[in-house]
Amino acid sequence: MAIGRVMAQVAMVMNLDKCIGCHTCSVTCKQAWTNRSGVEYAWFNNVETRPGQGYPRRYEDQERWKGGWVRTRSGRLKLRAGGRLKKLATLFANPVMPSVHDYYEPWTYDYGHLITAPLGDDIPVARPRSLLTGEPMQVSWSANWDDDLAGGPELASQDPVVQRVGDKVRFEFEQTFMFYLPRICEHCLNPSCVASCPSGAMYKRVEDGIVLVDQDKCRGWRMCVTGCPYKKVYFNHKTGKAEKCTLCYPRIEVGMPTICSETCVGRLRYLGVVLYDVERVGPAAAVEDEKDLYGSQLGVFLDPDDPEVQEAARRDGIPEAWLESARRSPVYALIARHRIALPLHPEYRTLPMVWYIPPLSPVVDAVGAAGHDGEDVHNLFGAIDALRIPVEYLAELFTAGDPGPVEHSLRTLAAVRSYMRRINLGQERDESIAREAGTTGARVEELYRLLALAKYDDRYVIPTAYGVDDADRGVIEEIGCSLDFESGPGMGGMGPAHGRAPAPPFGEASGRPDPASVETFHALRTRQSSDAPADRADLKGRVNLLNWDGNGRPEGLFPPRGEER
Amino acid sequence: MSTVELMLWGVLPYVVLVLFVGGALWRYRYDQFGWTTRSSQLQESRLLRIGSPLFHFGLLVVIVGHAVGLVVPREWTRAAGVSDAAYHAVALGLGAVAGLCTLAGVALLVWRRRTTGPVFSATTANDKVMYLVLVLAIVAGLATTLVSTAAEFTGAHEPDYRTTVSVWWRSIWVLSPDVPAMAASGAAFKVHALVGMALFALFPFTRLVHAFSAPWFYLFRPYVVYRSRDGRTGPAVRATRRGWS
Repeated sequence: MAIGRVMAQVAMVMNLDKCIGCHTCSVTCKQAWTNRSGVEYAWFNNVETRPGQGYPRRYEDQERWKGGWVRTRSGRLKLRAGGRLKKLATLFANPVMPSVHDYYEPWTYDYGHLITAPLGDDIPVARPRSLLTGEPMQVSWSANWDDDLAGGPELASQDPVVQRVGDKVRFEFEQTFMFYLPRICEHCLNPSCVASCPSGAMYKRVEDGIVLVDQDKCRGWRMCVTGCPYKKVYFNHKTGKAEKCTLCYPRIEVGMPTICSETCVGRLRYLGVVLYDVERVGPAAAVEDEKDLYGSQLGVFLDPDDPEVQEAARRDGIPEAWLESARRSPVYALIARHRIALPLHPEYRTLPMVWYIPPLSPVVDAVGAAGHDGEDVHNLFGAIDALRIPVEYLAELFTAGDPGPVEHSLRTLAAVRSYMRRINLGQERDESIAREAGTTGARVEELYRLLALAKYDDRYVIPTAYGVDDADRGVIEEIGCSLDFESGPGMGGMGPAHGRAPAPPFGEASGRPDPASVETFHALRTRQSSDAPADRADLKGRVNLLNWDGNGRPEGLFPPRGEER
Repeated sequence: MSTVELMLWGVLPYVVLVLFVGGALWRYRYDQFGWTTRSSQLQESRLLRIGSPLFHFGLLVVIVGHAVGLVVPREWTRAAGVSDAAYHAVALGLGAVAGLCTLAGVALLVWRRRTTGPVFSATTANDKVMYLVLVLAIVAGLATTLVSTAAEFTGAHEPDYRTTVSVWWRSIWVLSPDVPAMAASGAAFKVHALVGMALFALFPFTRLVHAFSAPWFYLFRPYVVYRSRDGRTGPAVRATRRGWS
């Protein structure tokens, strides 16, 4: 097939077998990006227990939430929530926007009460207060309320995927089946959020495929929230602008992995470049049978080792460093060479670019629990065939219901286990194990290096941004100046600390905000290099024990001394 | 022509015009980040889905009505064979319906804003001033309709706005304000014009600026927007399909 315009995408693969559900990725992401008022409820990265409802609740029910694309009878793609004219006609009130209660009402605790409560017989408690109204509230839902199957069948049976698989899961999954699904923005090749934005404020970056919201151009029409079938675009209710996962592009641009990847305890995330033919995207997303979408998306990717592809990539201005990076890409290897990583919900037709290696552990656990050898390839193969429920569930998640690719992936993982155990025990390499999974011993060992050893440099193969010379890399990491341009990465909008600085003229979010990361960066630098007390003007009054540098006594940090009272 | 009349109808319109145009330009350059609807649909959707379309669509009709009433001279409609009575019947009928929709919509929205905790918390002082002037403008506008309608039925003498307000409005744009024309109009019209000018003066400094950003361009652009890292718009990498195709 002739190669059309070649583009590069920084993509991610997550190895679900390794996820222990610790939420470290979510927490570090939140600290980096959404620890601001207005996005308290937003988790650019969240970890869901599956089966489970997910976050926001039942977001996969597209009959209700109308995310993604549908194929019309004439074979064209149409936004499920309606085309351009319908978007404009419903501009004044989006008919299918999730409310904050579909995520959860954010809250804090009345910690002050712990030290200000009058002396009494009862120990004072910090009661929850809504971050939206400041009123006391009952906490009744959160981003991971059904973590670890909390709430049992009552909550988990509301999982839209469970409902598609059918009744049988409902009563058996507790014994057989549970895993974690970390989710970030999919940075899709055919992003329906971008297509939904009336202002044209959302865009896909040409160089690395990262999908971003231009904070200066967003006018708050909220159509992107509906458009994204993964519900990974959030509306900042303070600034009135949409925000989303940025794939930590200031880090990616200087060759560093995203925060969620960097801090992942299980080291389960992979980042790398995938080359694709942008002219094949439309047709691939519009194939008739949903089950063909996994295959059609594979057909969009280009083999970086193919000389013709390299030629076309050079023609289209992909730098040499990116081609080299694409050849070494762990993501391309897991997706296309080994075909063990699968896309999340390809049936939304957005061609997502965060892929998942399905978890073999539920199968291994079941085999082990039954008293069999959980590392024997035949036991595992038998179990994959016998344990229909995990396979069907995974197929509904990753291949629009086609069990074939899931089985292939699980069998390959099983072969890696068995094949490598023999080597660890000092036995002969048994090529037949690899053959039974349709692969070779050499490829199994390659997978073992990638999945089990998973060295940092093998997991993250990220080229620096175009025009950023490799020689600059150390400097850029140190001074972080890729953020420091006018109007910056645009995820800002801290507003002043309560009651300290004067409010800007059009509400606290107006004016030219410091991007949050630039602000944090400058605050950190001040703290590390300054002799002056920390309650300086440039910290805008935000002094607490976390950013206090130990110099002087900033006002309000400590209660007044005895003689000052 | 008293000094007050001169100031109100001869000077004030130009002050408002400068504030409106200059303010909008200045804010567009200074405050792209604050230029948004600041929608509160995330916090409350049920009432908004009734109130907001009622208000906005009502307002669109009201705006068209104002445009026709102010721009088209009476001689033109007469020349086109439309009798004054027919014109007024349509204008007042349509105006009353659209105005009542707008008022009902904004009333529902204000009530929602006051009674829904999270929405009230998200309301700024700027919003409150804007809502006050906006509601006053709508009420005063409906009052003019009421007065005109009443005059129609009772035969009371009420100056026709098409020979007073509209003449004055058109004269503003040729930089020769017809102050006596406006001074001759009814009290309701004068109040409405003043509140309206206050609204236009406030306009660039409130959330109302989102009206300037009506996204018509969405109909004409390709679905998926590509942009280069250095801010240049990307080359057209995917085929464009227009909104109506």
